[in-house]
Amino acid sequence: MSSQDIPEENLPAAQDTAHGAVKVADEKNPFADPGLPPHEHRIQDVDERAAKRSERAVALLFTLSMLATVGFIASFVAIPVEKIVYIFPLGHIGALNFALGVTLGIALFAIGAGAVHWARTLMSDEELTDERHAIEAPQELRSKVMDDFRQGAKESQLGRRKLIRTTMFGALTLVPLSGVVLLRELGPLPETKLRHTLWGKGKLLVNMNTNEPLRPSDLITGSLTFAKPEGLEEDEHGFQNEIAKAALMLVRIKPDDIKDKRTMEWGHEGILAYSKICTHVGCPISLYEQQTHHVLCPCHQSTFDLADGARVIFGPAGHALPQLRIGVNDEGYLEALGDFDEPVGPAFWERG
Amino acid sequence: MKKLSARRRHPLAALVVLLLALACTGGLYAVFAPADKAQADETAQSLTIEEGKKLYAVGCASCHGTGGQGTSDGPSLVGVGAAAVDFQVSTGRMPAATSQAAQAPVKPAVYTQAEIDQLAAYIASLGAGPAVPTEEQYGPQGADIAKGGELFRNNCAQCHNFTGKGGALTHGKYAPTLEDVAPKHIYEAMLTGPQNMPSFPDSTLSEQNKKDIIAYLGEVNTDQSESPGGMSLGGLGPVSEGLFGWIFGLGGLIAVAVWVAARTAKAKKS
Repeated sequence: MSSQDIPEENLPAAQDTAHGAVKVADEKNPFADPGLPPHEHRIQDVDERAAKRSERAVALLFTLSMLATVGFIASFVAIPVEKIVYIFPLGHIGALNFALGVTLGIALFAIGAGAVHWARTLMSDEELTDERHAIEAPQELRSKVMDDFRQGAKESQLGRRKLIRTTMFGALTLVPLSGVVLLRELGPLPETKLRHTLWGKGKLLVNMNTNEPLRPSDLITGSLTFAKPEGLEEDEHGFQNEIAKAALMLVRIKPDDIKDKRTMEWGHEGILAYSKICTHVGCPISLYEQQTHHVLCPCHQSTFDLADGARVIFGPAGHALPQLRIGVNDEGYLEALGDFDEPVGPAFWERG
Repeated sequence: MKKLSARRRHPLAALVVLLLALACTGGLYAVFAPADKAQADETAQSLTIEEGKKLYAVGCASCHGTGGQGTSDGPSLVGVGAAAVDFQVSTGRMPAATSQAAQAPVKPAVYTQAEIDQLAAYIASLGAGPAVPTEEQYGPQGADIAKGGELFRNNCAQCHNFTGKGGALTHGKYAPTLEDVAPKHIYEAMLTGPQNMPSFPDSTLSEQNKKDIIAYLGEVNTDQSESPGGMSLGGLGPVSEGLFGWIFGLGGLIAVAVWVAARTAKAKKS
């Protein structure tokens, strides 16, 4: 709607006296406050038909919100949880989630949109000026407050009754101790738990896929296998805590490709066992490239060379992946020859 | 003898002779035929290998060596087995355009299935290796999808993402998406460990385990896969979800803020 459609008598006076009382800068005062620009009325302020339209639009948004809420309740009651529908471009998604999300979204958005439209078109948009006042209280108010305080202190007899004063300070000092004592629950200190895993001398290496102990012949060159220590069962209480430290990856590399003497000796015919926990911040790390013998951590791209003692060749990790010393027992199964000789996973304060 | 000779013109003589001849032929066939067939099979097999050898000499020998022994441009193929050949050639990874690329990508297959079988037979004849799996091994019958999910997350998800969407590795290498990869090829890849993928032989990941994993992928990684929580955003995890939140979530808030603060239409032009 443009100004041409509005009857002449409805238009406000060209120069509003309340606003735009502009002080003109002159030689004496070159930076005079120009004041607020003249207020301009909205279409709704001068045309009742436009105001009615805005009112209807706001009411429509609020009604839409009501209907959406009813729809939310109806969907919750009527749609079964497991129902799947195809909606372009979302794909095959849960009908209930979709219906609840859409209806609740409309219900909330329509309330907000209605309120904003109301404020923008119908509520008063007159600019107001409110001058600042001094923050300091008047002198007589300040002296009254001080007098009241002194009188209160005197009437409470705090200065005279020393027993009350002392015990009160004692009580107030001790109360925060409850909070301090609760901090004990953050402990106890882990002691040597971070330095030891379930691996130990003679523990068999059990395949995590089949739950069977592994033989050297099971592992072909280029293969990757995950193992857990014998006796640790997945349904056991504390399994996650233990496997988080003991997780082991087994690779088999052609003995000619192994660059480090100790790495070779700690393995068995090219079968090498390394901790699966990244030494940076402890992500499970097993993105193994069998041709380069590199292992990549998905979190921060630390890269380790398994053929060279899992040396860090890229990324933020601070030290090599710990290698587990393995051998073969009398029955031909792979076994650990001890625990890791250093703590697995990320560094910690006392690691050294 | 005279008696027989005298009856040789009997009207039924021809019929008797015919029956005798038929019986002889049938009997002889029954005795000799299996041997012939086996011989024919053997001949066909050696013919297949011969054909494969010819194809190999033309398409593969420049990188993998004339006898499959490998060169500086390509690894030895002795002992990789028919499964590796079937995987590499029917997914179009081989023949590779160059040996300098980080890894050979999937592309349309150059050879027909018959030619691939011939190549596979030739490579298999160089040294024992895994055979091409059968439908029974990779089909969905008798698979435990939940177990497959567990196995997939333990063995495969670190590189291929938890629903097989793929992911990046070092120096331009990557784990490809497993969407729309034929079950046979997934099986062969696990068995043989193509390129930088480690292998998962039957001794550490049993046939049943592999079947379970394939069934899991069939459930979570197809056009028909259900995503009850809403839009899967590519199934890539926090990266795409965060990007969506920043662009559409914050973008929507900014749009609303602009609308709230925008000037309303005035009654007269200023």
